[in-house]
Amino acid sequence: MSAVSSPAKRTPTLGSVSSARKLKDRLAQGLVYVAFLLALIPLVSVLWTVVGNGIKRLDAQFFQFSMNGVSGKDAGGGAYHAVVGTLEQVLITSVIAVPIAVLTAIYLVEYGANGRLARLISFFVDVMTGIPSIVAGLFVLAMWLLTLGIMKEGAGFAGSLALAILMIPTVVRATEEMLKLVPNDLREASYALGVPRWRTICFVVLPTALTGILTGVMLAVARVMGETAPLLLVIGFTKAINTNPLEGPQGSLPTFIWDQASDPNQNAIDRAWTAALTLILIIMLLNIAARLVARRHRPGSR
Amino acid sequence: MTSETGVEATAGAKHRATGRPMSTGRAGDRIFSGAARGSGIFVLALMAAIAVFLIWKAIPALQKNEASFLTTEEWNPNAIPPKFGIAQLAFGTVVSSFLALLIAAPVAIGIALFISFYAPRKLTGLLGYVVDLLAAVPSIVYGLWGLYFLSQHMEGVSKILNTLLGWIPFFGGSPGKNSIFTASVVLAIMILPIISSISREVFLQVPQANVEAAQALGATRWETIRMAVLPYGRSGMIGASMLGLGRAMGETIAVAMVLTFVPGINIHLLEDGGATFASNIANSFAEAGETGRGALIASGLVLFVITLVVNMAARAVVARRKEFV
Repeated sequence: MSAVSSPAKRTPTLGSVSSARKLKDRLAQGLVYVAFLLALIPLVSVLWTVVGNGIKRLDAQFFQFSMNGVSGKDAGGGAYHAVVGTLEQVLITSVIAVPIAVLTAIYLVEYGANGRLARLISFFVDVMTGIPSIVAGLFVLAMWLLTLGIMKEGAGFAGSLALAILMIPTVVRATEEMLKLVPNDLREASYALGVPRWRTICFVVLPTALTGILTGVMLAVARVMGETAPLLLVIGFTKAINTNPLEGPQGSLPTFIWDQASDPNQNAIDRAWTAALTLILIIMLLNIAARLVARRHRPGSR
Repeated sequence: MTSETGVEATAGAKHRATGRPMSTGRAGDRIFSGAARGSGIFVLALMAAIAVFLIWKAIPALQKNEASFLTTEEWNPNAIPPKFGIAQLAFGTVVSSFLALLIAAPVAIGIALFISFYAPRKLTGLLGYVVDLLAAVPSIVYGLWGLYFLSQHMEGVSKILNTLLGWIPFFGGSPGKNSIFTASVVLAIMILPIISSISREVFLQVPQANVEAAQALGATRWETIRMAVLPYGRSGMIGASMLGLGRAMGETIAVAMVLTFVPGINIHLLEDGGATFASNIANSFAEAGETGRGALIASGLVLFVITLVVNMAARAVVARRKEFV
C-alpha cells in the first residue's frame, strides 16, 4: 500500500491516497505505537523500583535468618522462613494439582470426544481460571479450617490446597493444548500394534507431550507462587521458621511482603522490597526455564 | 527426545502387550479412563463445593446481622449487635474495575493491533512476551509499587484532573494519593496483558481474504483494520474486556495495599478512601471474630457470584465467535 500511495500528486489519479486518509492512517499508527509504549512504562518502572529498592538488603543475612525476635524498626532479619514456606507450599500445590489437571486434560482430549460432559468440564475449567484468588482462600477457610476444624491456626498445607484450586485450570489448559498437538499417527501406530488405549496414552502420547506439559506446569507454578490473598487467610502468620507444612502457621514470601510493607519503619519496608525482588527473581527464573524447555522440544515438530 | 521416546515406548508397549492377554489391558483401560473421567468430574464438583461451603458458612453470620446486607454501608460484624452490609464494597468494586477497564481496554487493543499489524514480523514473539511479562509480576509486587511509587506520582495527576474536570462530581473533592482512581490505574496495568493477548488471538483468526479484499480496494492500513479486522474481532474484544473486568473485580492485594479505608460511599473518585469486596476481606480478616469471618465469607460469596456471571458471559461471547469461524 505504502509504495502505491507514496507519490503525492495534485490531481487524484488511480492509486493516489488523499491527504485526509493518509493523515488518519498516520494518526492511527501513532496511537497504536503510543499504546505499546504506554504498556512498557509500568513494566520498566516496576522492575526498576523493585531492583533499585530491593538491592539494598539482598545480602547473605536475608537468606540465612528468619524474623524471629526482630521487630519492624530493627535492621537485619531475613526471609529464610518465608522462602522455605513458599517453596514447600508450591511443591505440595504442584503435587496435588498436576495429576488432577493432567488427568482432566487427558479426559478432555482422549476420552471426552467433545461429548456433553467434556464440553461442560471444558467450560467450567475456563470459568475457573477467573475465580478470584481470595475466593479460593475463603473456600479453604470455610471447608478446612472452620468445618473440619483442623489446623485452626492455619498451616502451609491449607495454603497449598487454596493454591491448587488456582493452579488446576491453567495446567489443564496447557496440557490440553499440548495433547492436541500430538500427531494422531502416533496413536494409530500404537493401536495398530495392539497396544491398549491407556498404555498408548501413558507411553506414547504423554512422553511426546511431556516437555510442553512441563512448560505449562512451570508457568503455572510461577503464577501461583506470587499469590498472596489466599495465603493471608489460611496459612496463619509467624516470624519463626516452621518447616512442617502440616502443623502451625507457616511463612511465605508474599505474606512476608504484605506484613513488612504495612510496617511504617523504613527497615521493614526495605525488607519488603528485597522480598519482592527475591520473588520476582524466582518467578523470572521459572519463566526463562520454561521458555528454554519449550524451545528445545515441541510435539509434532518431527 | 520427543520422537525417539515415542517410538521406543511404542516398541516397549508392543513387547509387553504381546506377552499378555488383552483382558488385562481392558482392566487397565477401565481404571485409567475412570481416573481421567473422575478428575474431570472432580473439577466440576470443586466448583459446586466452593459455592456450597461459602453459602453454608455465610448463613449463620447473615442471620445474626441486624442491618440489611445489601443496602448498608457500614461494616461492623464484630460489634454487638453485628451490623454489616455490602453497599460500599459493591460500589468500590464495580467503580474501580469499570474505571480500570475504561483505561485498559483501548490501550490493550492498541497493543494487540501494534503487535499483530504494525510491528516487524520477526519481533512479534518477543513483543508478545514482553507484554506477557506484565502478567508474570505478582499482585503483591504491584501493590508494593502502587503504594510506595505510583501513588506518590498519582497525586499530581489527580490534582490536574481535579482542576480541569472538577465540575464533574466524580473528579470533584480534594484529590489524594490513595484513591479509587489510583487503585484503578494499578488494576488497569494488571488486566492489560489478558485483554491484549486474547485480542491478539482473535486478530489472528481474521480471514486473510477479508484483509486482502480491503487492500485490493486501495484501503490504507488503518482502513483495512477498521473495515476488515475490527468488525470481525468485535465480539472477541468484548469477551476479552469482560475477562479483564472479572480479573479486576477479584483482584485483592494490590487494591488492598493502595486504598486507604474510609467508611462510606464517596463518589469523588480522586479522594482518598474506598474499599472493594476483596480488599475488605484481606484488610479486616485479621481482626475478624466468628461472625466477622462469616460476614467476610458472605461478601466473598457475592464476589464469587459476580465474577462467575461475568466470566461465564465472557466465555460465552468468545465461544460464539469460535462457532462462526
